[in-house]
Amino acid sequence: MIWLTWRQFRAQAWTAFAVLAVAAVALAVTGPNLARMFDASGIAGCAARGDCESLTTAFLDQVGHNAPDNVLDHLSSWVLFAVPSLVGMFWGAPLVTRELETGSFRMVWNQSVTRTRWLAVKLALIGLASMATAGLLSLAFFWWSSPVERLSMQRMTPEWFGATGIVPVGYAAFAFAVGVTAGVLFRRTLPAMAVTLAVTVGAQAFMALWLRARLIAPLRVAAPLTDAVLNNFGLRPATGQFTVFTQGGAAIPGAWIISAPQTVTTPEHVASQACLTQLRQNLATPQACIASLARLHLKEVVTYEPLSRFWALQWYETAIFLGLALVLAAFCFWRGTRRG
Amino acid sequence: MTAVVTTEGLGKRYRKGWALADCTLSIPAGHVVGLVGPNGAGKTTLLNLATGLLAPTAGTIEVLGGRPAAGPRQLAKVGYLAQDAPVYAGLSVADHLKLGARLNPGWDADLARDRVARLDLDPGQKAGALSGGQRAQLALTLAVAKRPELLILDEPVAALDPLARREFLSDLMETVAEQQVSVVLSSHLISDLERVCDYLIVLIASRVRIAGPVDELLSTHHLLTGSRRDPDRLPAGQEVISASHTDVQSTLLVRTADRILDPAWTVSEVSLEDLVLAYLSQDKSKRDPHRRQPHLRQHRHLEVQK
Repeated sequence: MIWLTWRQFRAQAWTAFAVLAVAAVALAVTGPNLARMFDASGIAGCAARGDCESLTTAFLDQVGHNAPDNVLDHLSSWVLFAVPSLVGMFWGAPLVTRELETGSFRMVWNQSVTRTRWLAVKLALIGLASMATAGLLSLAFFWWSSPVERLSMQRMTPEWFGATGIVPVGYAAFAFAVGVTAGVLFRRTLPAMAVTLAVTVGAQAFMALWLRARLIAPLRVAAPLTDAVLNNFGLRPATGQFTVFTQGGAAIPGAWIISAPQTVTTPEHVASQACLTQLRQNLATPQACIASLARLHLKEVVTYEPLSRFWALQWYETAIFLGLALVLAAFCFWRGTRRG
Repeated sequence: MTAVVTTEGLGKRYRKGWALADCTLSIPAGHVVGLVGPNGAGKTTLLNLATGLLAPTAGTIEVLGGRPAAGPRQLAKVGYLAQDAPVYAGLSVADHLKLGARLNPGWDADLARDRVARLDLDPGQKAGALSGGQRAQLALTLAVAKRPELLILDEPVAALDPLARREFLSDLMETVAEQQVSVVLSSHLISDLERVCDYLIVLIASRVRIAGPVDELLSTHHLLTGSRRDPDRLPAGQEVISASHTDVQSTLLVRTADRILDPAWTVSEVSLEDLVLAYLSQDKSKRDPHRRQPHLRQHRHLEVQK
């Protein structure tokens, strides 16, 4: 049965292997260069000199302008988000439907192997292959992006969280199980593929946009709107008022800021009103106005998940998707091996 | 007489309705059993139930003393050649033999290799590139080389041209003779069955209309031709299966264990095809609404009871 599974899966396995090889080569070729750039940037010793901020900005700018790195950086995360859906659509969905559509199930289910075992071997082997593919890609990307990651600390953001660490493995297992389940339910490949894509992307989005922030209760902090924060985010005179647009959490490095960007509208009666008038008349500088705002001791409430929770959240999320995959697999056994 | 397949009130319902209903039959061992019936009689459903591809909605079915597809042991005992001989188009002939060897503990590799060589199948060729006849042969090889006690074939020759059909059936006969395997073979082509079967079951609308060894069926059915007369006035023990009349002449197909003694009849032998067709058309006329007068129905009912 293992032989047959491998024989039928061989072509897809080589495709996956080719994708992995291309990714590995691309990352291996550019990776050392990225590390060299990091070494050359002098960031390593910046703490002693106190010029970390400018060096970091310069380095990230350099990466952003270096075409292959920038493209790879974004492409890799997209690939890692897409791999689960692809695995579900092209490995999961046809697993049962192809046998049903060609009628070959009537041949293979009449060999001396029970349907339960047939399905078990297929689910186990191809499921593991799905997880391995996603896992290896994630690992390669993790290694490649580590110099950038150390500085930009983006991996908690929804754009990156799902493309790093171990969650891609959970997504892949889940998507594969969704594919097989959809195949068992719809019995035709095309609708099964469409449903797999929709469910997988939907689950990824649901997790990133809603559930993840609820896995571990986020931290709250009332960050003072100091000079520095206000400087970072600027000040826009709007209709007769000062409206401060903040993104918050600038003081919490690497955290995933969950609270929506706030607009803090200063009350009309405060001193800032006078500053606005002066600003209009070019009697005051924006800096002076910021300083006057800072004197109001406004606070911004920020909810966030700190960087230190990265692995805890990764494990939670992976466990949830692996659990769902197991539930779906159990359903496939119940439904798929039921006769007639 | 031991039975390879016994069913008791067996039924299978789909969303559209019953594909097989209240089917009670017993298929004896050691025969090549032909299962005939019109399209929609439930032949394929019955065979799929016997192989465990379907589960019954009602009643029971037992194959070689076990529940179909109950486990590896039961699966190993039954070889099945499904309708249209499904194989993996992307796998070569050699791959299929390997598949058989890996998936069947009782696999007879020599038998499989010899068959493939004898049938001139190129081991390297993809199964999808084989002709219909070759594909059927490959599928039969898979079913036979697992050394089953019972071989079930569902319309194995329906899609084949006459030459391939003849080759397939003669090869099947050879294999059956060598292997001592019981065979159940469904077809709606009686002429094919005539060549290979020694036992016949006519299945009409889920019911066994008649079953028995072919030679016995042939020796107990007679075609009577003579001057026109009412078929109801035949001696007791002679069951009229079909009757046709011209102005002056009557032709009757009669079932009886006794010899026909009435000198007014010209008695001739029936072919298996005529016999089966007579049963099929009898069933048709039975379902014809114009003929559904109460006394007639009762009359026919009595006939069946005999």
